[in-house]
Amino acid sequence: MSDVAIAVEAAAKPRALSPTETAVELIDVNKWYGDFHVLRDINLKVMKGERIVVAGPSGSGKSTMIRCINRLEEHQTGKIIVDGTELTNDLRRIDVVRREVGMVFQHFNLFPHLTILENCTLAPIHVRKMPKREAEDVAMHYLKRVKIPEQAAKYPGQLSGGQQQRVAIARSLCMNPRVMLFDEPTSALDPEMIKEVLDVMVGLAMEGMTMICVTHEMGFARQVADRVVFMDGGQIVEQNDPVSFFENPQHERTKLFLSQILS
Amino acid sequence: MSTTSSAFVRGSFIESRRPPRTSVGVIGWARANLFSSLPNSILTLVAAAFIVWALTPLVRFTIIDAVWSGEDRAVCAKATGACWAYVKAYLPQFIYGRYPIDQRWRVDIVYALLALALVPMLIPRAPLKRLNAAFLLFAYPLIAFVLLTGGHIGFRGGWLPAWIVAPSPLRFFAEYALVAMVLLLVVGLLARIAGHPVAGSGRAAGIVLGAIGLLLLVVAADFGLEPVETSNWGGLLVTLVVAVTGMVASLPLGVLLALGRRSSMPIIRLASVIFIEVWRGVPLITVLFMASVMLPLFLPDGVTFDKLLRALIGVALFNAAYMAETIRGGLQAIPRGQYEAGMAVGLGYWQRMRLIVLPQALRLVIPGIVGSFISLFKDTTLVSIIGLFDFLGQIQASANDAKWASPVTGVTGYVFAATVFWAFCFAMSRYAAYTERRLNRGRRR
Ligand SMILES: Nc1ncnc2c1ncn2[C@@H]1O[C@H](COP(=O)(O)OP(=O)(O)OP(=O)(O)O)[C@@H](O)[C@H]1O
Ligand SMILES: [Mg+2]
Repeated sequence: MSDVAIAVEAAAKPRALSPTETAVELIDVNKWYGDFHVLRDINLKVMKGERIVVAGPSGSGKSTMIRCINRLEEHQTGKIIVDGTELTNDLRRIDVVRREVGMVFQHFNLFPHLTILENCTLAPIHVRKMPKREAEDVAMHYLKRVKIPEQAAKYPGQLSGGQQQRVAIARSLCMNPRVMLFDEPTSALDPEMIKEVLDVMVGLAMEGMTMICVTHEMGFARQVADRVVFMDGGQIVEQNDPVSFFENPQHERTKLFLSQILS
Repeated sequence: MSTTSSAFVRGSFIESRRPPRTSVGVIGWARANLFSSLPNSILTLVAAAFIVWALTPLVRFTIIDAVWSGEDRAVCAKATGACWAYVKAYLPQFIYGRYPIDQRWRVDIVYALLALALVPMLIPRAPLKRLNAAFLLFAYPLIAFVLLTGGHIGFRGGWLPAWIVAPSPLRFFAEYALVAMVLLLVVGLLARIAGHPVAGSGRAAGIVLGAIGLLLLVVAADFGLEPVETSNWGGLLVTLVVAVTGMVASLPLGVLLALGRRSSMPIIRLASVIFIEVWRGVPLITVLFMASVMLPLFLPDGVTFDKLLRALIGVALFNAAYMAETIRGGLQAIPRGQYEAGMAVGLGYWQRMRLIVLPQALRLVIPGIVGSFISLFKDTTLVSIIGLFDFLGQIQASANDAKWASPVTGVTGYVFAATVFWAFCFAMSRYAAYTERRLNRGRRR
């Protein structure tokens, strides 16, 4: 962990941003699983180009929250507005939002029966109706960006975990999303592969991609996050810029969490 | 060119020696696998004795003592082996049943087209797979139907009052157009309520309804072929018609039922569960009896329904229920993450199923699907109990013919039937094993 932190910190700090437009907004969002209240009055506003890191103990609702943003989970009360579209039961709106929001999962979730290239071109061809040629060009462009163009013809099962996760990132980027969601993208990886994935994510952050990352990589948070959001028990307990968040946490629960994770 | 000569380099090759006798060749193999120890040797000898004991009578019956040619029962009356002369004489009947002899070229075309379309489909490297599959699934059944029955179905229509249009194909198609329009409206309305894009759903429904309309037009058209009643069909023709229709229909139906059973919409789920469980709870014989005896009682007077068609529908639905359960097993093995990744990149429900879930799920259950196909193929023999002459039924019927009656005729017929059934089923099984190996290569997770 500390190796990664140092490596990541060695890269340049991202440019300062001047937020003007809202990318994602959650207003008083509540969600229950049966009787269990997973999300409690969540309020979060993410500006275009902003990079948010979400941290918190296991079971605090981090995954649930970001999965609500592309409607993999349904919220019960409150409003979620993504790029000007409010998420309701209207399937058309859900489609619009999913087209604009990319997601990277903890366990990659690549399609094992398709080659790397096909994994990347599937959605552009069938969702964006892009011609196959063009989709392949786009896919190769992003595969080069995540530094594995030479694996394009292989199947996911033939790649290492780090490579698979980079393909997953490329697959999302091929849809040219406005917002990227990451749900613990490095926590299923062996330590030596974490850096290659974080490097790609840092690169994305530098280019001004709006990102919401659930991660325990505090080095990454320090380096690229504009804001760190701390969740516990389904609530946002505290949010702050990384320096203040790490140096000067306000709440007891945050302090306890930081002491555990940084020790 | 430079030549080097060193005393320690041999000037000529040594003649190669034969490998030690005991480790290679047949003897070496036998020594390693059959006689590696005393118990092993005993087992080998016992097994060999058993094989000889069991196989000798079979070989004697089917080959050594068999009668190969002759004109009638006289040559087989005293035979102790198979009466192949009888099989030879009856072969056309086994293949075509009582299909009129001067029309058998139509059946031949159907057989040939099936082979021509199926072989490249089964060879992985053959090109144009999509076109090939489309031909097999859509064009071929239509062509086969028209060729075998003669087509020219006299539709008359049902409910438009006769003073508007007299009963005629015209009335039928006018009615179809009306129904199609109403259905399109309903689909549009439902799409609107559910929040789907109306244009998309409308187009899909339009394509389906248009295709059905086209299909009805083709079967109604007059191609100048002499009609052949299905009661004259028989032998391999009936067996293949029942088996192929059952396979082709049960797979997509099974997929839909399996998806329905896992649907998030309660009505669809309930309907699928009821359908599957009802059909699985009834033996096929009962289904066939119901189709041939009970169904006519429920139909209004004057409405006749071809007996073979009824059996086909029964067999297809029965197998669809089993297929659905097989496929559901495959669907259950696909991790949630696959569905979620599909959603996250913006694929719709049908796209997710078609592009991500089904290709993986079906691949997992190939052995189950082929198992179903094999038992379906063998179950086609049951149609003989409702008076259809399938391959086995035809053979049984012919064995009673006075011209060929002899002590060995029946047995010969059964041996022949068993061999043909075995050949079909074994081919299916081997092809499935080959496909499985091919698909597993390099695609493991
Ligand atoms: N489908 C579900 N049904 C019922 N409870 C669920 C479901 N999914 C999650 N939960 C519960 O909701 C809570 C929040 O889950 P969530 O996955 O959002 O936590 P998390 O913060 O992402 O934790 P982790 O760090 O372990 O991934 C947990 O207590 C979990 O048990
Ligand atoms: Mg989680």
